[in-house]
Amino acid sequence: MVKPVIFTDKLTRRFGDFIAVDELSFSVDKGEIFGFLGANGAGKTTAIRMLTGLLTPSTGAASVAGFDLYTESEKVKRNIGYMSQRFSLYDDLTVKENIRFFAGIYGLTDTAIREKSAKLLETLDLQHAANTLLRSLPLGWKQKLAFSVAILHEPKIVFLDEPTGGVDPITRRRFWDMIYEASEKGVTVFVTTHYMDEAEYCDRISIMVDGRVAALDTPEALKRQHGVESMNEVFINLARHDKTF
Amino acid sequence: MRTIFFILQKEFLQIFRNRGMLPIIFVLPFIQLVILSYAATFDISRVPFHLQDRDHSVTSRLLAEKFTASGYFILTGYSASDKESQSELVRRNADLVLVIPSGFERDLVTTGHAPVQLMINAEDGFSAGVIQTYASEIVADFNQGELKRLIPSGAVEVAGEIGMVSSSWYNPELKYTHYMVPGIIVILVTLIGLFLSGMNVVREREIGTIDQINVTPIKRYQFITGKLLPLWIIGLGELSVGLLIARLLFHVPMLGSYALVYLVAGIYLLVVLGMGLLISTVTETQQQAMFIAWFFMVIFTLLSGLFTSIESMPHWAQIMTMLNPVRHFVDIMRRVMLKGSGIAEIAIPLLILTLFAALMLALAVNRYRKVSE
Repeated sequence: MVKPVIFTDKLTRRFGDFIAVDELSFSVDKGEIFGFLGANGAGKTTAIRMLTGLLTPSTGAASVAGFDLYTESEKVKRNIGYMSQRFSLYDDLTVKENIRFFAGIYGLTDTAIREKSAKLLETLDLQHAANTLLRSLPLGWKQKLAFSVAILHEPKIVFLDEPTGGVDPITRRRFWDMIYEASEKGVTVFVTTHYMDEAEYCDRISIMVDGRVAALDTPEALKRQHGVESMNEVFINLARHDKTF
Repeated sequence: MRTIFFILQKEFLQIFRNRGMLPIIFVLPFIQLVILSYAATFDISRVPFHLQDRDHSVTSRLLAEKFTASGYFILTGYSASDKESQSELVRRNADLVLVIPSGFERDLVTTGHAPVQLMINAEDGFSAGVIQTYASEIVADFNQGELKRLIPSGAVEVAGEIGMVSSSWYNPELKYTHYMVPGIIVILVTLIGLFLSGMNVVREREIGTIDQINVTPIKRYQFITGKLLPLWIIGLGELSVGLLIARLLFHVPMLGSYALVYLVAGIYLLVVLGMGLLISTVTETQQQAMFIAWFFMVIFTLLSGLFTSIESMPHWAQIMTMLNPVRHFVDIMRRVMLKGSGIAEIAIPLLILTLFAALMLALAVNRYRKVSE
């Protein structure tokens, strides 16, 4: 049996009396595109922050990329990439400088940085903008660049926290092409989203309601279980059960 | 090492690309240094001076001339009554009124004694003291010189006198700029260091890039070194320009060694930057960081002995100043520059600063967490 890349067992996070994430248990396999859905405040971001080592869990166990979240957090960090909903590259650095900085702090050699930068700029068709300050790029390009930078050090898993917020459907579609490409190369993709059409692109999805996983399966299976046509309906069905919604 | 290098590179790029901050870092401090150094002086000159001469004698005129010729006082008016003189004081047309009563010359010649009255505006007690000292000196000088000529010898019994000659060491010309400039340089270095470091990390938190940093395998010491080293270098740069201005514009002597000043400044900057970083780690926004930094800056400046001497503070405040890093650096700068003190003479404040530096950095590194609790 292949060990899952992400494994959580009753992972819980409390903020005072409020339980943001309640006994989260699931596993994600290598190369999977795992969609992490939920209404605002359902606990998605808290869960992703715990899995990326930005927030200490209150109780429960978890391993990411084969390393224990508590005791081997630095090894976890070496093997993950992260792109947050808040745009996370430096606006006052150029495209090239951003690539160089993040490649550098992940310990890539100068040769590797040079080669990877060139390749990345070519793939994104950004050569002409290499020396442009990031702040003057359109949002869609920034997001594609942020994703590329997040997987530049060839992590085993990349965490995407609402990566396509605020961009048009065409740019979103292109963004998902990049996600597929990474997935084909064996990178596990853990993605949170609000867009139900994006949920359909995932191999498996979990829907969080009130800090708990309310459903976890492939999009087809979930639609079948609920007897509906689209993920949108599945989501509304599940979320309605929550009385605060 | 390589990781630190990448952070350094990024920090420098960002600092030099920030068009709004550049003049604040590299121009404003020196404008402040020049203006403050000229303005912050306890010296008095051109004090408005009012004369109420009721004697109208040769002697009384001579005394009045002594005042106007001294250069400290500018005659702004005459009057004949106390009422008028006082209203001049109230209206601030005069800070000093010299009242020479009628019969002044006669009394002086016949009895050898003749009082004059000085009315001083003492709203600002310190200036009033200085005015009084100057005025008394002029009167004393008058006694010594003019009086002896006026009064035939033998008419007045001359008592034995104790002459006092004072000489000022370490600042022989009593130039306030020499005293102020070293201290103001310290304030500027502190201001830049505290604010830049205080706002740096919290800025990344505001933008959201701090998360991106914290998910990388970067180590805490690498991050902090990369963040603080550029500011440390900028701080020493500020000091250098400050010393250059002190030398070329104000002709402040440097009797001690520059190496010692830089050694102390290097340690001192660690205290300030550590404090800034600590502020940065406990705040959520740049405004909060600014406010806290400002709060400390005001206290540090007022309790530094820069503008008011520590000796004249109440005892408890004097003890409090020992906890103030600015106080120690101001003290060291003055001693090294004006007195030529060496490392042995400044050992105690230097040791205190070193302890502060260790404490602040330890606290800041400890408070900076890659993981939120």
